[in-house]
Amino acid sequence: MGISAQSTQFDRRKDLLGLKDVSNEEIELILNTALPMKDIVRREIKKVPTLRGKGMITVFYENSTRTRTSFELAGKYLSADTSNLAVSTSSVQKGETLRDTIKTLEMMGPDILVMRHSMTGAPHYVAKNTSMRVINAGDGTNEHPTQALLDMFSIRERKGRIDNLKVAILGDILHSRVARSNIYGLAKFGCEIRVAGPPTLMPPGLDRLGVKTCFNLEDAIRGVDVINVLRIQRERQQTGLFPSLDEYSELYMLRPEHLSLAADDAIVLHPGPMNRGIEISSDIADGDAALINEQVTNGVAVRMALLFLMMGGRKDEIAA
Amino acid sequence: MRLLLKGGRVIDPANNVDAVLDVLIEDGRIAAVGSVRHDEDMRANADANADADTDTGVCLGAGTHAASITTADCRGKLVCPGFIDLHAHLREPGYEYKEDISSGSHAAAAGGFTTICCMPNTDPVIDNGAVAGFVRRRAQEVGLVNVLPIGAITKKQAGDELAEMGELVAAGCIAVSDDGKSVLRSDVMRHALEYSRLFGIPVLSHCEDASLSAGQMHEGYYSTVYGLKGIPAEAEEIMVARDLILARLTGGRLHICHISTKGALEAVKRAKASGLAVTCEATPHHLALTDEVVGSYDTDTKVNPPLRSEEHVAALREALTSGLIDCIATDHAPHHFESKDCEYGLASFGISGIETAVAVIMDTLVGPGLLDIARMVELFTTGPAGVIVEGKASRQAQEASISSSKATPGPCAIQTPGRAVPYLGTLTCGAPADVTVIDPDLVRTVDARKFYSRGKNTPFKGMELKGWPCMTIVGGRIVAKDGRVAR
Repeated sequence: MGISAQSTQFDRRKDLLGLKDVSNEEIELILNTALPMKDIVRREIKKVPTLRGKGMITVFYENSTRTRTSFELAGKYLSADTSNLAVSTSSVQKGETLRDTIKTLEMMGPDILVMRHSMTGAPHYVAKNTSMRVINAGDGTNEHPTQALLDMFSIRERKGRIDNLKVAILGDILHSRVARSNIYGLAKFGCEIRVAGPPTLMPPGLDRLGVKTCFNLEDAIRGVDVINVLRIQRERQQTGLFPSLDEYSELYMLRPEHLSLAADDAIVLHPGPMNRGIEISSDIADGDAALINEQVTNGVAVRMALLFLMMGGRKDEIAA
Repeated sequence: MRLLLKGGRVIDPANNVDAVLDVLIEDGRIAAVGSVRHDEDMRANADANADADTDTGVCLGAGTHAASITTADCRGKLVCPGFIDLHAHLREPGYEYKEDISSGSHAAAAGGFTTICCMPNTDPVIDNGAVAGFVRRRAQEVGLVNVLPIGAITKKQAGDELAEMGELVAAGCIAVSDDGKSVLRSDVMRHALEYSRLFGIPVLSHCEDASLSAGQMHEGYYSTVYGLKGIPAEAEEIMVARDLILARLTGGRLHICHISTKGALEAVKRAKASGLAVTCEATPHHLALTDEVVGSYDTDTKVNPPLRSEEHVAALREALTSGLIDCIATDHAPHHFESKDCEYGLASFGISGIETAVAVIMDTLVGPGLLDIARMVELFTTGPAGVIVEGKASRQAQEASISSSKATPGPCAIQTPGRAVPYLGTLTCGAPADVTVIDPDLVRTVDARKFYSRGKNTPFKGMELKGWPCMTIVGGRIVAKDGRVAR
């Protein structure tokens, strides 16, 4: 697996806050490590002892079922002790500061903190103020690195490579942390990235990142190997960024006729949860090109790999 | 009590002085600017001090006019008129946990400022004579630097009804502003600009279209990369344009606070070219930093207007040199650490800047040769003074032309008696002795923990800067020396 030879790279890294500052080698190490992890997920007995005695805590300041569950299972399959701070019932509601909350958790002794927060930079702030290692499970409109890693894992699994693929990302790019982490990660491997969505949801300066901005789906999709469809949030319509969900689906829903413009073996990703009939048609979501369900399994594997690398698990204990 | 500042490079833009000279201060006023060895008035002192140019006091002897004279060796230093900060937040009354008039005065003195103008967004707001009077009295009790209050444009800064401008002026306010936000209603801003003409005071405008500015940082490449909601340059430019149009309509004196965008500068340039009475200020942080630094998510980089992109910063720097920008103002905005020790999106906007302003400009602009040192002195002295005092710039030009027509002009030729304000920002003989001395070679690392200001919120923390104020003199008294305030 080559894990032991490279794992020292991760010893220097305290936190994983985004893919912006992660090297290609680190990404490859995570993806390579995720391969045996995926085997574990598929075993009948999904438990290896590699992280026994290690503690992981997930703190989600924003609703999420799948990411939190994915992390929690990833930890459990590796025998780490996992715990979750349910924010709605915690003292956050009583006005406790983020710093105090995190300090309190730190004093309970976990090794790693998995955090989602509605505000950009919150995990960076926390990372500076705690000895725990921090994994960003999504911060505001900034990054969602493990989602991009699982997307890359899924792409590589199906395509055999990531390098130099053509990728289209569709939807609300302005507010999407999934889009940003995908752009940072894929650009490191030479991918040609195009984005498409309503002009009101396109952020400025993407050209400087080597990303091509399109306003209509056809332009973005033509000839691509990968289509990543983002969830559109209803609140964007409420704040006036597009006129109605009907018009959005009319203009931007991915349909079978679009797929015919892409490369023959193009794949479709979606981070979930899907709005069927709004950003993606059921024909696509349930079709052969879609990797959407496989992404969920891959998410557990990639997060296991990350926890393993960051908590210093022993490689001989994950061998099949 | 006499104080001799000896052998410094005296830069006094109002009097066209830039030479190695001595400055004699007597009874709290500038007594003479010249060379001790050649100036008639100072020959006696020169003889007495021929071998005594140290920091220690020197007794002139037991003659009829026995008086002590303190000599400060200013060789290698810049001796300038006292620096003026047109835009500071002292937070008192109401927010003393952020700053108060005492801590703010200490910070100003340490930062090389002899006169500061404080914004009215206190609680209660400085929208009446009583609060303005309180601020002045407190400042006098503290007794370190001159504090000139700025009154609110509207009652409670609510943007609806004009505050009693006459009462504010009578209580010592030198301008009005609803700083922190724009007067959103155009009719109210129009009336403010019209009514202000009665008193000849400027209306200082914080330009921001609030419907466009609900963000955390400058909108552009870096807001995309860092995933923070952007504030477009246009949020500022729209309001600058509106206010310039209203200034044209009314003939009022408009001053644009903390100008930060290329488009706003272009609008001001056109307005000035067309003869409008408009001025503008820029802050050290907008001149020194770009939005790239926000990537650390250090909340001390969060400020309004936001740190802009490189092209805007380049335009600001050019406008400093060209004269389009009239003055540098700090927008000193101290905050309690708790309102900065949090998520970026929750943090307060603002930078505690009064103690680093001069060093930041010296290090980032003057040191690398981007800004002429004499021009820098203008931007901290005659520039802000010209905003406060109506027609001051033109009067100075007039006086300068009169004095230069005399046979032996000399730096002391202008001895205009009268009110104190016309002297603001000058070393004119007879002026209150407000002097800022700068050591252009002094290198020091910014240590916010040592700030006199209660606000430790500075993005410059840990930076090594070259060129610091080393002596601040207010009314002839040394109020700060080597960055420490006199006890």
